[in-house]
Amino acid sequence: MPHRTFLTFIWPSALAMLLFIALPVLSVGIQSLHIEHEQIVQTVKNCGPFGCKEVDIVDAEATALLQKEQPLGRFNGLGTYANRNHLAVEEISAAWQAGGGVGSFVDTLLNLPFYKALAFTLTYTFVVTPLVLLLGFFIALAVNRLPGLMKGPTIFVSLLPMIVTPLIGSLILFWMIDAKGVIGGSLQLIFDNPDLSLKASPTLTWVTLIVYGVWHSAPFAFVVFYAGLQTVPKDTLESAMIDGATRWQRVRHVILPHLAPLLVFIALIQLMDNFRVFEPIVGFNAEANATSLSWIIYNDLRGSDGTMLFSSAAATSMLTIIGVCILLAPVVMRTWRDNRQRA
Amino acid sequence: MYMRTLIAVSAMAVISTTAHAGCGIYGTVKLLANDFPATQAMSAAVTKCDGGSADISVNLNKDHKDLIVPAFTANPPEFTVSHVTNSTLVSVMNDGLAMPLDDLVAAHGGSIQDMQKVTIDGKVMAIAFMANAQHLFYRKDVLGAAGVGVPTTYEEVLSAAKAIKDKGIMEYPLGGTYKAGWNLGEEFVNMYLGHGGAFFKAGTAEASVNNAKGVATLNMMKALTGYMNPDFLTHDSNAIQAEWEAGNIAMTNLWGSRAGAVTDGEGSTSEIESNTMFAAAPSVAGGSTPSTTMWWDGFAIAKNASAADAEASFIAMMKGTSSEMAAANSNDANWLIAGVEPRASGVGVVASAAGGASPYPMLPWMGTLHGALGAEIADFLQGKESAEQTLADVEAAYTAAAKEKGFL
Repeated sequence: MPHRTFLTFIWPSALAMLLFIALPVLSVGIQSLHIEHEQIVQTVKNCGPFGCKEVDIVDAEATALLQKEQPLGRFNGLGTYANRNHLAVEEISAAWQAGGGVGSFVDTLLNLPFYKALAFTLTYTFVVTPLVLLLGFFIALAVNRLPGLMKGPTIFVSLLPMIVTPLIGSLILFWMIDAKGVIGGSLQLIFDNPDLSLKASPTLTWVTLIVYGVWHSAPFAFVVFYAGLQTVPKDTLESAMIDGATRWQRVRHVILPHLAPLLVFIALIQLMDNFRVFEPIVGFNAEANATSLSWIIYNDLRGSDGTMLFSSAAATSMLTIIGVCILLAPVVMRTWRDNRQRA
Repeated sequence: MYMRTLIAVSAMAVISTTAHAGCGIYGTVKLLANDFPATQAMSAAVTKCDGGSADISVNLNKDHKDLIVPAFTANPPEFTVSHVTNSTLVSVMNDGLAMPLDDLVAAHGGSIQDMQKVTIDGKVMAIAFMANAQHLFYRKDVLGAAGVGVPTTYEEVLSAAKAIKDKGIMEYPLGGTYKAGWNLGEEFVNMYLGHGGAFFKAGTAEASVNNAKGVATLNMMKALTGYMNPDFLTHDSNAIQAEWEAGNIAMTNLWGSRAGAVTDGEGSTSEIESNTMFAAAPSVAGGSTPSTTMWWDGFAIAKNASAADAEASFIAMMKGTSSEMAAANSNDANWLIAGVEPRASGVGVVASAAGGASPYPMLPWMGTLHGALGAEIADFLQGKESAEQTLADVEAAYTAAAKEKGFL
């Protein structure tokens, strides 16, 4: 394709990507390097229904003047990234130097909000993604074997978990797993333990969130695999059968290689999605036991009464983007290499 | 009684819509408020003036505290007037987004009592219309069956809870709004003030909660959670109200704005409702003041609103917070509005205020500390770390955030 034709073809998409992806990311990146101006404080008399008191207030006018001079705020370099609420560089090096063994170092690490969130985010990502792939694949194989009449309704029902909005789905399950809810109550009966609560202990909360994640995402993998299964060449399957291949051997040597590109696709999407895990944490009120990077961003923006930490949120957003890039790098590089070989 | 009130309210609605379409308001009024019975009553009275020369819209939203600052920052503002509290007014003032109301009060605010005016540096910045506080809700029948009196201190709350549990009346007699985040932070603030603690080094924005009073506060909170449903870190006010109405708990420190809701003849049995009583928040550790914070709810007008819209909004809010509105909805809140009989279910708030409970601190950096408290305390309550470590974490998290906000 001549360069000119290629450019004419690509420029609308390139422009859209620049406007809607590159510029916002750049803007967030710049925001993360700045912090708010020093607040100019004055002491004034404050009266209300409960009496009068001398209190400090922000001199909004003086602060607004500073704001006008430098609308972005004070330049702070990578200070926000390094502070205790993010990468906590100082705290970590102090803990490292203090010695005290790996155990105490890990304890210090997991006591810091960013690493605590990272621990759950990574666990969630690396447990949910393979389980979703596996479960989706087996559901697809099973549904594919169903007689034609039952296929439609089965597919529809299996897709339901994906159709429910994550926040609503998790809120509904939150009440169902309550000690007095239908799932929570049944579990207490099954395990014969009246104190069993899925919401109280960190471990069970993690398990609940992970089970929810698999439940919610498996239909996506299923429907993609199912579509792929329809394109598996019948001839190859039949020749494999004539050669005496068992059902498992056919799956292993014919179907799986055929579906490999889909596997990569679902893995990519799932890695990205799961790394951004957020709604179930809010829905399950799980922030005491499990937090994620996305949840930290949310908390910075809505954690307390109107006090928003824009730079913190921006810094965590950038770190999330970097995290996604690192996660996807192996898969993307592999695909790129394959493409080059083919070309 | 209920029917009569209903008829009276509907009659008033008809009269006011026919006789005063527009209520003499000329302009656009966009009201943002939290969503609970009192604000519903207030906004319903405001909405009655819609029509004719007045264009009135109302957004009742549980997340209003997160929307105020962005809504008021826009020019023209997304909302001309917003419901504020001692805490949210500070975040609005931090950015200089509230309009001084002195002229409007002089022109249209004849019915406002002096104590309703929230003045900062001599200027009226908000008009308060109701008071609120977390205070003791208790079940008279359950305490009677356990043979204990009404607790006035948290030490007595613990022994009463033990008695109820030991007698096998309830497995988890206590409830608390201990949901990690804002609610849990508020519980610490209440208990810490009950211990006589100070949140900051005098005259600075440096946090100072890592001290003996902070440790005692955390230990008391943990002792209380021993008598709570193990899911306590997920319980907010809605959950506790549900637990109360289901008869699962016998004592809790819940918001005064919920007192009407648990005695309204809906959502519970008459046995539970008739035994639901209210008292001042308990004191703690030999202190004399109730361990709670006093809150006012009021309204502030956006600085970026046009003069006409600001005036329209003020007049509309005068209709919304009139004594007729308060009298018709007297059970919904502890109204601060003149000419309203105090409600029976409001005794807890009144007793807490009379006991000398402190108002929630109106400091620019309090919200940031509150956020840090809410995020870090769960670790201690789950037994993951010591009280000292938790309080050190709170201070460190606060310091990092306060530096970013330019407070330190």
